[in-house]
Amino acid sequence: MLKIENISVKGGNSLILKDISLHINENERMIIFGPNGSGKSTLIKSIMGISSYKILKGKIFFSNVDITNIPISKRAKMGIGIMYQNPPKIYGFKILQIARYLSKNELEIKEIAEKLKVDQLLKRDLNVDLSGGEIKRVELFQILLQKPKLLLLDEPESGVDIENISIMGNVLNEYIKKTKCSALIITHTGYILDYIQGEKGCIMINGKITCQSYPQIVFDMIKKYGYKKCEECKWK
Amino acid sequence: MEIKDEELKKLEKVGFDIEEKERAGSFIQKDKEVIFTRTIYEGIEILPIEKALENYPEIKEKYYGYSFKKLNKDFPEDTEGGYFIRIKKGVKTLFPVQACLYIKAKRFKQKVHNIVIVEEDAQVYIITGCTTAKETEDAYHLGITEFYIKRNGFLSFTMIHSWKKDIEVEPLSIAIVEQEGIFVSNYISLTPVKKIVMYPTTILEGESSKFRSSSIIISYPDSYQDIGSRCILSNKNTSAEIISRAISYGGKVITRAHIRADSPMVKGHLECRGLIINEEGIIYAIPELETAYRDVELSHEAAIGKIKREEIEYLSSRGIPEEEAQSMIIRGFINVDILGLPEFLEKEVKKIVEKI
Repeated sequence: MLKIENISVKGGNSLILKDISLHINENERMIIFGPNGSGKSTLIKSIMGISSYKILKGKIFFSNVDITNIPISKRAKMGIGIMYQNPPKIYGFKILQIARYLSKNELEIKEIAEKLKVDQLLKRDLNVDLSGGEIKRVELFQILLQKPKLLLLDEPESGVDIENISIMGNVLNEYIKKTKCSALIITHTGYILDYIQGEKGCIMINGKITCQSYPQIVFDMIKKYGYKKCEECKWK
Repeated sequence: MEIKDEELKKLEKVGFDIEEKERAGSFIQKDKEVIFTRTIYEGIEILPIEKALENYPEIKEKYYGYSFKKLNKDFPEDTEGGYFIRIKKGVKTLFPVQACLYIKAKRFKQKVHNIVIVEEDAQVYIITGCTTAKETEDAYHLGITEFYIKRNGFLSFTMIHSWKKDIEVEPLSIAIVEQEGIFVSNYISLTPVKKIVMYPTTILEGESSKFRSSSIIISYPDSYQDIGSRCILSNKNTSAEIISRAISYGGKVITRAHIRADSPMVKGHLECRGLIINEEGIIYAIPELETAYRDVELSHEAAIGKIKREEIEYLSSRGIPEEEAQSMIIRGFINVDILGLPEFLEKEVKKIVEKI
């Protein structure tokens, strides 16, 4: 489904990702752990094609198509859906407008909105004056209407209280079970693992991927030794 | 109606509803001639200004030029035509009165003097459109408008300009609002124009009166638009809010706003936002706040910039092609919600804005 071959990515003036390769199969979820600033978000944004990150070398394939240089909107149309950690505010552009762009089915919009408790927010401007939990639920709302084959989740639990994590975690898990979609999930805290069982787990440190194993094993190691140990680890 | 079908289409672009289905009355002036007036709703009076001055001597004595005298300002008296709209005491209508000032003759200098009186406890929406025929060249439009809003009266006045790149325009207007009166003034300019210079003034004379002004200005190459709004808070508990949105595709826009508190216990807020699409364009925002009193609340915010790449890419990542995402953001920026119009009128104005 997603194959990344030796990409190196620059953001601003610094090299962030260094020769990264990874592979996510169909119906497979990969969880990436890592400390702040290790390059996790850069990886997800590079897959989406966000222009502030420049791919210096390497290739990204999605469904066997080289997408390294294609426009963002085409990637989305092909089936890549991203949930941002800090989405921008779009003034004057209503949440309902984006919903109607993504789905022509009013009933579906209503049902998903109710499920994620965003039904009262539909007439609000996109990401404007929303709480942390509301922003995340609106992100997820858009994703579910978009129906991607590959989910890119950038720290879905950050800035969200326990109640919201449980709403989102359950809805995400349900979507994954139902559609058998693949996912690349970034987590800092690991809370999302209570809801989504990934098949692969790895750690990103200083722009490099280390330690591929089962997510729970990787997470237990981090809990036990901390990321500090990963930096010293010879198992790279 | 002495007006051709093709011309009627032009009028629709500035909010004129030919069928008058949801209108309380209409007025059309072509060049210097008033070609149509009709009152549909009782209690509303719509007349050519000359006729009003002739029929009602008190209009000449008490209103004509009165607001200009109040500010010690002169005004051109060589006007021809203009409307007189009066909403009688206690009359409230939701359907708007529509007025249109239309220039057809080449190099014509249209100079009108309008008077709007909203009597005690009355409420009205007025939508006025100013435009030209396709063949008009090098024309000039001067529009003097005096607004008198009496005690507890409500006026929502929306002016839509749709000019051409060789037209010069100079609206001059002054509003006087009495106790508990509300004046909502909206201005929309969406097409190229050679020059527009306007700086209307509202005087909140009566206690607890309110003013809200919103403008949406789009500027094209070679256009010069110096557009402002000024409010004088001259009694306690008055409040004013002035909002503007300017987009430059290459022209020069000066957005001015000035609130002067001549009384304690008043509130005023200014908000100017500008978006530069083409770097040939210039937006110059000049917000001014002025008072000699301590007990006032005056504030302003202003921001000018380009569309953020991040916003476009965010929408693109939902599958919206870049160009479409950009125009969606622009349309969002010129959000007509800020005008505070009733729903059906907001829909109409939205349609006009979306056509650009």
